[in-house]
Amino acid sequence: MPRWIDVCALEEIEPEGTRRFDHEGRTFVIVRGPGEEVFCLDGLCTHEKVHLAGGLVIDGVIECPKHAAQFDCRTGEVLMGPACVDLRTWPARVEGGRVLVEV
Amino acid sequence: MTRYVIVGAGEAGTRAAAALRDAGEGEVLLLSEEPVPPYERPPLSKPDDEHGFRKPVAVDLAGIELRLSTRVVAVDRAEGRLETEAGERIAYDRLLLATGARPRRLAVAGASRALVLRTLADAEAIDARVRAGARATIVGAGLIGLELACTLRRRGLEVAVVELAPRALGRAVPAELAERLVARHERQGVRFLFGTEIAAIEPAGVRLADGNLLAAEIVVAAIGVEPETALAATAGLPCANGILVDSTLRTADPSIWAAGDCAAIDHPRYGRVRFENWRMACDQGAFAGRVMRGEGGTFAALPWFWSDQWDLSLQIVGLCDPARCAVHRSLGADGLVRFELDGTGRLEAAAALGPAALIGREIRLAERLIERAVACPSDLLADPGADLRRLLRG
Ligand SMILES: Cc1cc2nc3c(=O)[nH]c(=O)nc-3n(C[C@H](O)[C@H](O)[C@H](O)COP(=O)(O)OP(=O)(O)OC[C@H]3O[C@@H](n4cnc5c(N)ncnc54)[C@H](O)[C@@H]3O)c2cc1C
Ligand code: FES
Repeated sequence: MPRWIDVCALEEIEPEGTRRFDHEGRTFVIVRGPGEEVFCLDGLCTHEKVHLAGGLVIDGVIECPKHAAQFDCRTGEVLMGPACVDLRTWPARVEGGRVLVEV
Repeated sequence: MTRYVIVGAGEAGTRAAAALRDAGEGEVLLLSEEPVPPYERPPLSKPDDEHGFRKPVAVDLAGIELRLSTRVVAVDRAEGRLETEAGERIAYDRLLLATGARPRRLAVAGASRALVLRTLADAEAIDARVRAGARATIVGAGLIGLELACTLRRRGLEVAVVELAPRALGRAVPAELAERLVARHERQGVRFLFGTEIAAIEPAGVRLADGNLLAAEIVVAAIGVEPETALAATAGLPCANGILVDSTLRTADPSIWAAGDCAAIDHPRYGRVRFENWRMACDQGAFAGRVMRGEGGTFAALPWFWSDQWDLSLQIVGLCDPARCAVHRSLGADGLVRFELDGTGRLEAAAALGPAALIGREIRLAERLIERAVACPSDLLADPGADLRRLLRG
């Protein structure tokens, strides 16, 4: 049964920053937009399973650090190869200064 | 209805085909001399856990007519027609040559005994000879040679790399990064012989110019590639280390374009240049597809490539030049970035070696700083604690 899980304080993630979040054997990446918006996506690149938390976030797009595949932070859609499978996305929100995800 | 024909179904050809198909107008025919469906080349030298070295190309080819085992032997430009090896004639309105490159052959006695690595069939031929404890000698310390050295060593072979030059990777990769990479290979037990000339490939291994024999069951020549220009040249299209195209990737014939490893393009930043890397081939292919269906624009994408060896990622954006003013940034225990600046303090190129999680981001940022011609203070570049995004935000 999915439920909202507390990840960290919003201020622990800088604007356009990322954070790796491991939960019950799965790994996710939390992305913060330029403001207070947050997104939660599968944490491993669909190309060669690299942690996306090391990636660069610009204009709502996260880039894999290994071969530069680009994913839309909001939808998880692949925008540029070499990956060809979209990332799964999960509900995320900020409440009382805390980042919550439902995974 | 316009009939678009593409010769070569590598990275460039498949991307062009997809771009043309997406336009929804006309017929797209993709011809490949290879007997297998389009695949990715990078895993041939560095197999991944999921697919090994057999990885299908990451392009959806629905709606594209793909013909395998179809080698084109002539282009009749006056008639707008191709001829295949089997004698078939294929008409085109607009043609893209995406014929790639082929491995350079050694010019020594017994050269045909050396294997090469460009195609899936080549990778299978090497794979068939791999046995733990076997000895492999790789001639050439370029990217493919080093990647293969890593892969074969991981599979338990004894690996030696012979290189005529005094160091690995040539001018395209800065010496300080090449040295670190070689040191990593040596720690893993790969042997290097630099400044070493070879005399012959013999059944027992590689005979060196000094008379010594490097015994090996597997010998691979990895001494670079030559652009596949034969088809263009016999059709009378100008070629010089590649099929010559303008900044829209069009050849001297207004109905024929060229893209990828086979094309010597007129680049607004670099002038006449030919690239040999994955993303350039994809970018050029997609661009060619769009211009062939009538879109405008100049091809100005920056070159960027990666190589993965051991736990290290090598990534370079732009074209490096050892003579340029350089600033280094150290990241963690084994990450190093070299930023190259022009005379006005703007970034021209950046090269990095280290764990992808550390260096990938810096290279992605460098790419944008180069594109936007941002002036980059050296102290910021050198400071590992400074977030380079500050420079982008201006
Ligand atoms: C082993 C290996 C590893 C690599 N690793 C990396 C890497 O890690 N990173 C990176 O950036 N780049 C890498 N590259 C480079 C990258 O794969 C190439 O730059 C890219 O494949 C070029 O694409 P292309 O479409 O121009 O040519 P190709 O992929 O070579 O495709 C050309 C196709 O055209 C066919 N063809 C040629 N002539 C004819 C004809 N007359 N009729 C019909 N078909 C024809 C050929 O058989 C071939 O299938 C690697 C290359 C190799 C070989
Ligand atoms: S691992 Fe992410 S693009 Fe290759």
